[in-house]
Amino acid sequence: MTRLRSGGLIDRDTHLRFSFDGRGYTGHPGDTLASALLANGVRLFGRSFKYHRPRGVLSAGPEEPNALVELRNGARREPNIPATVTELFDGLEASSQNRFPSLRFDLMAANALLSPLFPAGFYYKTFMWPASWWERVYEPLIRRAAGLGRAAAMPDPDGYEHAHLFCDVLVIGAGPAGLAAALAAGRSGARVVLCDADTRLGGTLLAEPDEVDGQPGAVWAQSVERMLRDCAEVRILTRTTVFGAYDHGTYAALERVADHKPHPAPGEPRQRVWRIVAKRVVLGAGAVERLVAFPGNDRPGVMLAGAVRCYLARYAVAPGGSVVVLSGGAEGWRTVAALARHGVPVAAVIDRRGEVPEPDAALARRIGARLFAGGRIAATRGSTGLHEVIVRDATGGTIPVAADLLAVAGGHNPQVQLACHLGGRPVWDEDRAAFLPPATLPPGMTVAGAAAGRYGLAECLRDGATLGSGAAAAAGFPNAPSPVPRAAGDAEAATSIWLMPGRKSFVDLQHDVTTDDIALAHREGFRAVEHMKRYTTHGMATDQGKSGGVLGMAMMATLTGRTMADTGTTLHRPPYTPVAIGALAGAHRGRHFRPIRRTPGHDWAAEQGASFIESGPWLRAQWFARAGETDWLQSVSREVLAVRSGVGVSDVSTLGKIELVGPDAGALLDFVYTNTMSTLPVGRVRYGIMLREDGFVLDDGTAARLEADRWVVTTTTANAPRVLAHMEFAHQVLRPSLRVAFVSVTDRWAQYAVAGPHARDVIAALLGVVHDVSDAAFPYMACGTFGDLRLFRISFSGELAYEVAAPARDGDALIRRIVQAGSAQGIVPYGLEALSVLRVEKGHPAGGELNGQTTARDLGLGRMLSQRKDFIGRALARRPALLDPMRPTLVGLVPVDKRTRLRAGAHLLPRGAPPRIEHDQGWITSVAFSPTLSHWIALGLLANGPARHGEVVRAYDPVRSGDAEVQVVAPCFIDPDGGRLRG
Amino acid sequence: MRIPCPHCGERASEEFSYLGAADPVRPAADASAAEWHDYVYLRDNPAGVMREFWHHVHGCRRWLVVARDVRTHAISAAVDAGA
Repeated sequence: MTRLRSGGLIDRDTHLRFSFDGRGYTGHPGDTLASALLANGVRLFGRSFKYHRPRGVLSAGPEEPNALVELRNGARREPNIPATVTELFDGLEASSQNRFPSLRFDLMAANALLSPLFPAGFYYKTFMWPASWWERVYEPLIRRAAGLGRAAAMPDPDGYEHAHLFCDVLVIGAGPAGLAAALAAGRSGARVVLCDADTRLGGTLLAEPDEVDGQPGAVWAQSVERMLRDCAEVRILTRTTVFGAYDHGTYAALERVADHKPHPAPGEPRQRVWRIVAKRVVLGAGAVERLVAFPGNDRPGVMLAGAVRCYLARYAVAPGGSVVVLSGGAEGWRTVAALARHGVPVAAVIDRRGEVPEPDAALARRIGARLFAGGRIAATRGSTGLHEVIVRDATGGTIPVAADLLAVAGGHNPQVQLACHLGGRPVWDEDRAAFLPPATLPPGMTVAGAAAGRYGLAECLRDGATLGSGAAAAAGFPNAPSPVPRAAGDAEAATSIWLMPGRKSFVDLQHDVTTDDIALAHREGFRAVEHMKRYTTHGMATDQGKSGGVLGMAMMATLTGRTMADTGTTLHRPPYTPVAIGALAGAHRGRHFRPIRRTPGHDWAAEQGASFIESGPWLRAQWFARAGETDWLQSVSREVLAVRSGVGVSDVSTLGKIELVGPDAGALLDFVYTNTMSTLPVGRVRYGIMLREDGFVLDDGTAARLEADRWVVTTTTANAPRVLAHMEFAHQVLRPSLRVAFVSVTDRWAQYAVAGPHARDVIAALLGVVHDVSDAAFPYMACGTFGDLRLFRISFSGELAYEVAAPARDGDALIRRIVQAGSAQGIVPYGLEALSVLRVEKGHPAGGELNGQTTARDLGLGRMLSQRKDFIGRALARRPALLDPMRPTLVGLVPVDKRTRLRAGAHLLPRGAPPRIEHDQGWITSVAFSPTLSHWIALGLLANGPARHGEVVRAYDPVRSGDAEVQVVAPCFIDPDGGRLRG
Repeated sequence: MRIPCPHCGERASEEFSYLGAADPVRPAADASAAEWHDYVYLRDNPAGVMREFWHHVHGCRRWLVVARDVRTHAISAAVDAGA
């Protein structure tokens, strides 16, 4: 056990049991999975992505590239989770990734011997030949050999939710800078949201011995938290990572609501995505430590120096028993002091500086650590963990030093990502040896403390207090300057160590990218950082190169002889840390992705045994199979014949309905429809088509004039939202002076078509003898209001037909009343398929014909374009090209051999012409088996179609092996004179 | 993005649908074919402020003219298109 006897922010009285690779361990509340495993002496956490090299813990935060595990089991199994941010809970199950058969003995480690096969860009080169091997051999092999964790193969049982927050000041990060900022802003009375990814507030204060206002940092953080909780307008979100900055002060954050529990409580989401809209933002995201590239820098036991201090102070864990510290300045020596304070033996300190300041040298002497001034690391040794560091001293000699922990203080990377999400590029600062936030920040944002390259504690506190009160003031909450929390330790010279030559020096641990790969990219011309990144995959793993990314830039800068400023860095994009797709989807999942709309008559249809089909957002009855019917066509044909010979009823509630009121309603309709509507008498209906301004048909429907100033127009089901928006544009933008108001009433009315020779009897029975619905009183294209009901004598089927509408709440009752009224006539419910067959038999255009590429003329409706008024689409519909008779135009088609089945999509060619593109003259748009005619019929668009009635053409459908001769006929198969609908 | 609707206040852009440039003016009915072609098909592509139509479909259902810098998304004005 390597748990220290005292200290740490852990609850030693409580024991949590957990397992790693099936073996049981215990830890304490306050532990992460990484700290608990380290406390149990576990150093080997996983195998690397390409070479299956053993890997341990590098960091103590979300930047972790190595210690990635699969968490939980079964449907909740989640891959690539950094053990360093996984809060320990009782019963936690974790397993290592990318090892076979076991973590300690990994056969795939042979990949390391094959590493010449896996250089940068290997998938572009090594596995190119023979081409046929790619899918069968190479890809499965690579997928087996390389990779990370496995995702669960079952649906996620947990829920995720989205929530919104609005605030004056958003403070990102609750380290010293963020706490000071939140306190200053909170005291002003501003609405403040403080987010931190960690479980508790404090950031580096939780890991360092420094005091603030005379208290230990962690204690001060607690007292600030109490003060913030006393501010009514301050909201603290822990376990919450702000992962994206978007336009106009919008930020996205992920709150891990239940990730620290075995599973969420009933009704509790697993995670919550917050959309935060902030007037001002203080970014205090801190800095993460930088890896150093030296041979064998990936071996378990190599750890960032600050992480070592964090494990010692926060988790009371000694991550090693004999330590070598690689230092470039104060940061490394702070680590030496921390190790000494916690009684961990330091074997050696390698200081890159030739001259080591006397206080540091004295510390080394006092604790008996060998000091290598001006030394570097030549290699590391160890099989599954570090046991020896080979030091090259200033004179060039190599000295082996036994050690199981190598603490690396390579400098810091300020966490500027959120400051760059709107496109700003980080700026290299030579003095601080780091990329700093761009000159142009997201509007309203300021950057405080280490994220801005100001690393000293006093500096961070001052920065936070100043920027916090400044942000509140800018948001309208000026306040008296609040006292700046006091601390010792001010700005210190930033130090940086980059590269120490040698092989197997990793610059990206998670993707196994080495300095050799960067050199290869340079040799092959991929020198711009964005090219280098994509060629080597450097910085493209889930850690996004937080600890190692800048090393690749440094290596490329060295190779090209350019400065870091000229080399630059890659663009930062959201998310800052990985976000599960489930969290982004939130509640919009499965059926909830798009809600289903049911008509008021849905339950009745279900009772009648309807099969339903999705039609746009709606669920519509497709047909009503009866006992003994085995085939859908059987049911549909029966329904069609019932309408043609008796009477049927169909739910048409899904058609779009727009109600218009006002003296200029007719004028607006004249403008949006091609034909004149304003002349329509009260109590009449007219068919109309709408064009887009480019002259093509947008939609068709009917306009009914219920009263002098009240109209209701219908749209197709699919185009209802679009037609409403189109009419609103026509009114608000193009004709704002028209006195008319309109609104969608699609959901307000249930509507049923009653069609067939006996339809009038049914309507008469429905309305009762007080209402006269005789042909004389209520002729074809009449409309009227009968009590609560609206009645329209319109027909899509070509039969004597009515549509009757009731307020939606009465829709269920109405369909039952209609069926009751029609019982004597044997009324038959019919569905969407029969509706479609009926309209194809009549040649009415629908979805296949109203496809956005047809003109009114193409549909045989050219005479509906008024010559006497302006309307949308009028000018461009008259373009010569759109008047060309050779345009595909609506025709009817019947198979020459009546047994032939026709299919929509077949191309129309001249009879006997070979199937080549120059012979293509159109296509079949809709087909139906007509039970009335006992053969298949079709509608199609055929070049010069109206002039070719009687001609036989070829319907060629190579996709479905269709090739038939069809005769061109008028696009109306039943009752061309319309006698039935006027009957 | 946040769009300052003159009727509803500042709202998230998901509440709106986008149409395109608001500057072209619909020609008179008897205008030439060339003028109609310009109106329907030709659009400027400025690197800077663009006046464009946004429809507050999930709000007041008014068409707005929004002046937006397409390089930065900075919105300098949003007025009702019929105003």
